Amino acid sequence: MSEPAHAVETDEEQADEHTTDDARAAERDRRAEESPVTSGAEAVVRALENAGVEHVFGVQGGAIMPVYDALYDSEEITHVTMAHEQGAAHAADAYGIVTGEPGTCMATSGPGATNLVTGLADADMDSDPMIALTGQVATDMVGNDAFQETDTIGVTTPVTKANYFADHADTIGDTVGTAFALARDGRQGPTLVDLPKDVTQNETDHEPGEAETPDTFDVPNEADEGIVRDAADAIAAADRPLILAGGGVIKGDAVDELRQFAYDHEIPVVTTMPGIGSMPEDHDLCLEWAGMHGTGYANMAITHTDFLFAIGTRFDDRLTGNIETFAPEAEVAHVDIDPAEISKNIHADYPLVGDAATVLDQVYEALPRSPDAEEWREQCLAWQDQYPMEYTTPEDEPIKPEFVVEAVDEATADDTIVTTGVGQHQMWASQYWTFREPRTWVSSHGLGTMGYGLPSAIGARVAAEDDRTVVCFDGDGSFLMTQQGLSVAVRENLDINVFVLNNAAVGMVRQWQDAFYEERRMASEYPWVPEFDLLAEAFGARGFRVEEYDDVADTVEKALAYDGPSVIDVHIDPSANVYPMVPSGGDNGRFALKDEHLEEL
Amino acid sequence: MSRGLQGPGPHDRPHPEGRRNDQGFRIDPVTEAEPETRRAVVSALVEHEPGVLAKVSGLFARRQFNIEELTVGAIQNDDYARITLVVEEPEPGIDQVEKQLAKLVPVVSVNELGTDAIQREIALVKVDGEEHSEVLSTAEMYDGTVVDSTGGTVTIELTGSERKIEAALDTFERFGIREIARAGTVALERGAEETARKRPPAATDETEDT
Repeated sequence: MSEPAHAVETDEEQADEHTTDDARAAERDRRAEESPVTSGAEAVVRALENAGVEHVFGVQGGAIMPVYDALYDSEEITHVTMAHEQGAAHAADAYGIVTGEPGTCMATSGPGATNLVTGLADADMDSDPMIALTGQVATDMVGNDAFQETDTIGVTTPVTKANYFADHADTIGDTVGTAFALARDGRQGPTLVDLPKDVTQNETDHEPGEAETPDTFDVPNEADEGIVRDAADAIAAADRPLILAGGGVIKGDAVDELRQFAYDHEIPVVTTMPGIGSMPEDHDLCLEWAGMHGTGYANMAITHTDFLFAIGTRFDDRLTGNIETFAPEAEVAHVDIDPAEISKNIHADYPLVGDAATVLDQVYEALPRSPDAEEWREQCLAWQDQYPMEYTTPEDEPIKPEFVVEAVDEATADDTIVTTGVGQHQMWASQYWTFREPRTWVSSHGLGTMGYGLPSAIGARVAAEDDRTVVCFDGDGSFLMTQQGLSVAVRENLDINVFVLNNAAVGMVRQWQDAFYEERRMASEYPWVPEFDLLAEAFGARGFRVEEYDDVADTVEKALAYDGPSVIDVHIDPSANVYPMVPSGGDNGRFALKDEHLEEL
Repeated sequence: MSRGLQGPGPHDRPHPEGRRNDQGFRIDPVTEAEPETRRAVVSALVEHEPGVLAKVSGLFARRQFNIEELTVGAIQNDDYARITLVVEEPEPGIDQVEKQLAKLVPVVSVNELGTDAIQREIALVKVDGEEHSEVLSTAEMYDGTVVDSTGGTVTIELTGSERKIEAALDTFERFGIREIARAGTVALERGAEETARKRPPAATDETEDT
């Protein structure tokens, strides 16, 4: 962390890589020796084993049965039986976020495959590494509208990085390997292999090799040296430099390089939402995340910067607000491994195509001096004082959600993993939890998938070391969408803690209706919601109910102490709104801090 | 009761003067100009396998790229096919078309052709055969070939640049056009230069265009 990456280290890394290459090859040979592949289905499972897969999240069904039958014999892969394919996809997605390696999910043809689609689309938007395997009707039935037939390739093409129809038992294993490698390498994302039942049942003795990307797939590594030099000179000359750290910093394992760059040159950092955890949020240089519900200070900084060094971000509209007012005076250097993201939304004055860690090192080496930005740093600190994320907790009002988030944060270790659904609770969790480590924030950003919270907590739990805590902040609306996952958590005895911030409404919609639809609360308030603590108990989980401030700390402690899934139904202030807020398409510099501010916009 | 957070209101804060246009470029409001639409011919080498064309056309549809023409056909190597596209977009859009296309896994390489590239289109036009000899001489004028002359109709095969075809069709109109079938532009670079490079264009190849 304190040293720059030297050439020597790279050599060592390469040496390590060779050793692991050799070790993997030896493992492959051992498997082939001990139990040679005899069918397409076995080749599929073998390909997963060779790729290092240890867990699969899935749901059984007709067309995928041969693959499950082959899984029966696998000593290396543990299958987690999910309650719904959507949950399998989200669990695999979260597994991918936490481990950095593709999570694996499996489903049958037809409805099994279509139920995965939301999870695939979610992973596609957030570049989460994940591979989906779907059963398909036999090849001679394809196109005949057979039972449980869906054109899975057609349906999933727009929401996958790549997908394949496996048409031969001899190649099916390598196809799975290719899909795995594509999910993992370069800009990560979801891939899918469709597995027709006759192909998985057919005989083959072809052992799948190393999981490799196809020849047509290029991953850029180093950025153009000339542009690196120009960008470095421009950063050094900037008066108000700002780093924007996106999810790509975490996906590209460039967190150490980012922190070194920021610390050594004392450049303030804002993150995107997927970039949460790339910087310790309690560090003076970290302004937390910018965008629609980002902190006031992050949004002030991004509006006033004269040089934006953006790494691994696709400049989503929730981040930029109105393009015309986004970082309007900044030159932009943009690092991304995907050339198509460069100048897609925001023009890059310095396009730096390459791996985040590598390019950060390149720019670090090329930087002639630290920018002279003392005044700018003081300004950023002043904004932190001027726009504090402080809330009040009047005793005569229901519990404020921010208080609950902070109480759980307080009671848990720094490496605790936080997953969320989508809505107000997600924003409060991201705002009031102090994230310090990468891969501890697991959420649905680009797609905004309500119901992501519980299944992603399951995936994160399976992925994480046993001594780490996994908590999920959910809303009552989000929780109701995928609560059947509790059956999985109980059956598998997964130690997760689901805090339902219950306001008996789809709160974010209610907040928008109040702000932009004259308080016409159509279909957003629930006149009745289940008692989530009792619901949890019915599933066999531990249930708690909290209505008073005095009970919060105590209940959090009890829930965390319980070794198994718990649901804590916290009845929060139903009128609580999320601020700051940049209205959709608005100007980041003119965020609202309260209801009255929205009227001025 | 005042809810929310403390701090100066939206209009009580310093705010920069600058602005970007909707393409994400920082602009000088005085010299601001709308980006101009340009016609670009793009050639892509793709793996010759089922579903590639669907993936390419699906990409264009969902990203709202304005594709004027798209042709696909075999090349000398059975493993690959060539897709030729005619795109009409402002500059950043053309750049996006090329990059998004290059990102598809079965796409081997993508290249925008130079303005002097060889571009040809083929059209079949079926006209009334009443003024037979005049139809024939018009066909000759445009180097067309009469490929059918039955049932009171004449069908002419035309090849050439898009402009030549347009001009020919305009002329044939006076005989009464019954049907037209056109295939989009196919194109190759002149001379020894390869039409679609081995490697997709990396963004580092971009010239500083501001």
